Amino acid sequence: MREVHTDEITKVVRDLFMDANCNLGEDVLAAFDHAIEKDESPVAREVMKELKENARIAREENSPICQDTGLAVLFIELGQDVHIVGGDFKDAINEGVRQGYKEGYLRKSACDPFSRKNTGDNTPAIIHLEIVPGDKVKIMAVPKGGGAENMSRVNMLTPAVGVDGVKDFVVNRVKESGSNPCPPTVIGVGIGGTFERSALLAKKALLRKIGERNPDPEIAKAEEEVLERINKLGIGPMGYGGNTTSLDVFFEVEPCHIASLPLAVNIQCHASRHKEAII
Amino acid sequence: MSNKIELTTPLSTEDVENLNIGDKVFLNGIIYTGRDAAHKRLIDLLNEGKELPIDVKGQIIYYVGPSPAKPGKPIGSAGPTTSYRMDAYAPKLIELGMKGMIGKGNRASEVIEAMKKYKAVYLGATGGAGALIAKSIKKAEIVAYEDLGPEAIRKLEVEDFPVVVINDTKGNDLYVEGANKYSKE
Repeated sequence: MREVHTDEITKVVRDLFMDANCNLGEDVLAAFDHAIEKDESPVAREVMKELKENARIAREENSPICQDTGLAVLFIELGQDVHIVGGDFKDAINEGVRQGYKEGYLRKSACDPFSRKNTGDNTPAIIHLEIVPGDKVKIMAVPKGGGAENMSRVNMLTPAVGVDGVKDFVVNRVKESGSNPCPPTVIGVGIGGTFERSALLAKKALLRKIGERNPDPEIAKAEEEVLERINKLGIGPMGYGGNTTSLDVFFEVEPCHIASLPLAVNIQCHASRHKEAII
Repeated sequence: MSNKIELTTPLSTEDVENLNIGDKVFLNGIIYTGRDAAHKRLIDLLNEGKELPIDVKGQIIYYVGPSPAKPGKPIGSAGPTTSYRMDAYAPKLIELGMKGMIGKGNRASEVIEAMKKYKAVYLGATGGAGALIAKSIKKAEIVAYEDLGPEAIRKLEVEDFPVVVINDTKGNDLYVEGANKYSKE
């Protein structure tokens, strides 16, 4: 049994959210460069240059890439040989969010769904916990903005529609979302499981790096095909027209009920922010 | 982009009538911020027959909820939020003489119709470029609804604030025309 103190968890969570909100990943920046070089539309190329410049300023000044610094979503893999000491595990995570959003001058976007009263410190965090073998704690912080999240959908398809029905639904979802989710987007697709499991898979898919294909060659092919179809829609960066509507499409697939074909599409804006640490 | 134009607020009907979709505009002067909760309060006031805390005539409302300002800075990151959530409120403000809205994303047909009828424009700022856009905001002051935090109405003094005309006064839509031009479906 290895002991991990809650103070350490708080500090790691704090640092991860501050880092994720100000420093865009190299994979996303490389995808921006690709669009600056390849998009046919001069307006699209100009927008992509602005986004690159924005990321540079954010990194240099340690200021948020986007003012929507998101709800604080966390994926945590807790080793089964870890003993958490010092206090409540969940409280420690929320304290990390509280500190990170305050000290990092990040926007607090959590509110009551009806009164719309802000909780004031961006808690509660959205925590997805998995128990895994080993004596480590892996923490992945994913600040998730509202604009792209609002364009996401879960649909319980009829099994008869098959893989083509899945592909069509994803492409249509991106088409209908148009300029709203801040294209170029990253598309997380969860297929299978149950209603809620498909949504979780779609969110988890967004943790992949741009260009990282599903290990199953058939599914990898489907990802590439859907990405190609999306980029033929013409929506382009910010919806001003162009060939760069999405930077990548990630499918995560699991078995489902014999009667079902659950499908979730989680849309991520170009500020595809996620950072991880291992304790 | 077709043209590069500089404009100073408040805007006249003639100013906005001269704009066409795709034009790149650099704004100077005062613009006001407002998003979901502030819009709801403004429209509630109008429904009660009361006066608004700001005069919208000739003005531009920027749909933004900035991140907190660091010490010594006027504002934090300040990119646009998605505009359709303000669609229910916008036509009334356009009728009162508001000349522009800055945001991102598609507008409802009622808003586009109101822009045609009362002469106003919808301007796009680059979503997710909050750190870059903040550079053109020189001063920020809360003028109403401080309790709303990031959603409070702020008066911003801007210099060369970059926007693109999405909907002009003739009913054209850059989102429709841009996608049509590059679609390979």
